[in-house]
Amino acid sequence: MERLRRTMMFVPGNNPAMIKDAGIYGADSIMFDLEDSVSLAEKDAARMLVFEALKNVDYGNSELVVRINGLDTDMGKADIYAMVKAGVQVIRLPKTETPDDVVETEKVIAEAEKFFGIENGRTHMMAAIESAEGVLNAPAIAKASDRLIGIALGAEDYVTNMKTHRYPDGAELSFARNMILHGARAAGIAAFDTVYSDVDNTEGFNHEVEIIHELGFDGKSVINPRQIPLVNAIYAPSEKEIRNAKAVLNAIEEAHKKGSGVISLHGKMVDKPVVARAERTMALAKASHLVDKEGNIYVE
Amino acid sequence: MLNKVNREIPDEILKDKNYKPFETTEIGNPETTYVAHEVKVSQGNDKLVDSIKDVIAKVGLKDGMTISFHHHFREGDFVFNMVMQEIIDEGFKDLTLAPSSLTNVMNDMVIKAIKAGTVTHITSSGMRGSLGDFISHGGLKDPVVLRSHGNRARSIENGDIKIDVAFLGVPNSDAVGNANAIKGDAVFGSMGYSLMDAKYADKVVLLTDTIMPYPNTPASVKQTQVDYVVKVSKVGDPEKIGSGATRFTKDPKELKIAKTVNQVITHSPYFKDGFSFQTGSGGAALAVSRYLRESMIDRNIKASFALGGITKPTVDLLEEGLVNKILDVQDFDKGAAASMANNENQQEIDSSWYADPYNKGAAVNQLDVCILSALEIDTKFNVNVMTGSDGVLRGAIGGHQDAANAKLTIISAPLVRGRIATVVPDVTTVVTPGDSIDVLVTEVGIAINPRRKDLIEALKDVPGVPVYTIEELQKRAEAIVGKPEKLQFTDRPVALIEYRDGSLIDTVYQVKD
Repeated sequence: MERLRRTMMFVPGNNPAMIKDAGIYGADSIMFDLEDSVSLAEKDAARMLVFEALKNVDYGNSELVVRINGLDTDMGKADIYAMVKAGVQVIRLPKTETPDDVVETEKVIAEAEKFFGIENGRTHMMAAIESAEGVLNAPAIAKASDRLIGIALGAEDYVTNMKTHRYPDGAELSFARNMILHGARAAGIAAFDTVYSDVDNTEGFNHEVEIIHELGFDGKSVINPRQIPLVNAIYAPSEKEIRNAKAVLNAIEEAHKKGSGVISLHGKMVDKPVVARAERTMALAKASHLVDKEGNIYVE
Repeated sequence: MLNKVNREIPDEILKDKNYKPFETTEIGNPETTYVAHEVKVSQGNDKLVDSIKDVIAKVGLKDGMTISFHHHFREGDFVFNMVMQEIIDEGFKDLTLAPSSLTNVMNDMVIKAIKAGTVTHITSSGMRGSLGDFISHGGLKDPVVLRSHGNRARSIENGDIKIDVAFLGVPNSDAVGNANAIKGDAVFGSMGYSLMDAKYADKVVLLTDTIMPYPNTPASVKQTQVDYVVKVSKVGDPEKIGSGATRFTKDPKELKIAKTVNQVITHSPYFKDGFSFQTGSGGAALAVSRYLRESMIDRNIKASFALGGITKPTVDLLEEGLVNKILDVQDFDKGAAASMANNENQQEIDSSWYADPYNKGAAVNQLDVCILSALEIDTKFNVNVMTGSDGVLRGAIGGHQDAANAKLTIISAPLVRGRIATVVPDVTTVVTPGDSIDVLVTEVGIAINPRRKDLIEALKDVPGVPVYTIEELQKRAEAIVGKPEKLQFTDRPVALIEYRDGSLIDTVYQVKD
């Protein structure tokens, strides 16, 4: 089953204390940033810092992502080589406008893998879409490489490009979110929503998470560990959803035991999407500590 | 010889100072005799004195005597420096300084007194900053004796500390010595630690900036105990006595640790109606109070009492009815100090009542849950709150050894601080023995003392709280910061760490430069 990606926590690549502690907050993905949060003077130091962290720090089950500088800068290629060598799981492209951006980056990643004797294709990619052109190309970008695990909306540059700014109701992002989500789903990869920078505004943050949860995003980018439990709470399934999911999975197990091909529950046929949803519900329930290892619902 | 926590205790110290090596955290039921103090009978009509100089003459201070102070004014203390300067100026020599503790604002004056030969012996709960540095570099010939608050009470009662003159700053007093710390400019709430001095010193001098009409009640220190009252211009800086408005930490790591501490408490067998707790001060401790409050409301649980150094969030729990009583030996902030004047359920207690191992039962013995901090904790669960990673004195025992007596003692500490490991193979200095520590909570998970099989069972499946062995946590810390070079010390002891029963648990040596 596809892994959960409810939260992707941004960690500045030049902050040793935050890099060291990034693994303790239960983020599904951790994204070390070599791009916007690192000043030009610190680019080399940040690259080395993140390289050492990837090699030496225990980040548990979190998926490890690094946002590199674009290939149109002096740093892009060195970033890719260092991160591939460190064994990062995912390289995130900044400001992806066209499928070619993905293809170009993939070439360099493949070169780096070859150079270090690493199995071809082991390094995955994701693309951040931050402009009108990128949004319009989202479906093509999402299908540009088998290495892509997801695409993400970067709203700050996007709203500037659109001659607007962020609003509480999110209307300004509605089209972009839907494009990115459809592009991702059509390609069978994940869709990540943008960051919410007002860390102390819990209400505004929750409102935005509710919108993207309802739309179907895999999760949200977060800039502070305090936002992680808020996202997880909204993504946590209800007790009713858990009971339904358990019933579906039990029915499948029963059917398998009987050798029956057709599975039904309460007189309704259980098809593949229902099973997939049940599995995702149980995974979310486990990740939210609502059920124990065996899937039994906790009674406090 | 090696004591029970594997610390080499020099034989000559055991012999010369008549010490027993630390054996056990069990106090048992020994018999002891308390000392009495001298009384110079007074009719109370001539207690008010104009100057510190005059009062020093009146109490008959002599070379070689023991003088005491309290640290309730913390960093806002004016009294210590005023009195000590006068004593130095008068040319006294060879005094023993026996305050309840020493705060940074006193450091320069203590160093001055040592250099002048005025102070040649010190016993305290701790020391920090320039004074810690000075002592650790061999500034005082005789090793400093460091004692917990409970142990200081014990030592005063049995005469190990014989106070000749106690100089006690108070925010108010009447002319015959009825005083409290809940009214006046420089309020600090509970007079807890200083009540021992008032009770046992031969001569008791109060210093205050506010003389009240007789009788000044409620009286924490009473006229029957006081020899003289000195009117001074100002006893303390209210801004520095305690922190002002309490702000909860926003540091995500502190919050994570605090949340985990709360999960340990709420999943322990002690979290039930009528339980009791001590949280201490500091950002993480305050955050624990917040999480604990939520859990108490959720589970409909009320605490019978909160103990120790008290903060505003604890007072809020009292006012909300979630805590029945507060036993208050000191107040860490203005809110807690102010509340003492208004809430009869916030009981002032002296340090014997709080934590003394050698009385007829102290409050710490009734305590269920206690949260303590650590500079270092080792794989034997021994805790150091006294020396830094450079081996220099920079802490205080406070009530650490005493409150660790609780049924569930939790150490809350990050795995590493900056580039320094907190969880180490062996602490630099053993202050609180591992036998009295039950759970270590760090940001990555918890470790449970293998002695506590019941807690291992109770806490094995707490959602989101991974359980490690303490060796695993130590290795994890080492993986981050590496192995430091061994500290270099000379063979000259600069401080003796007593356990709460008066036995010797560790020795601090002069650092090598």
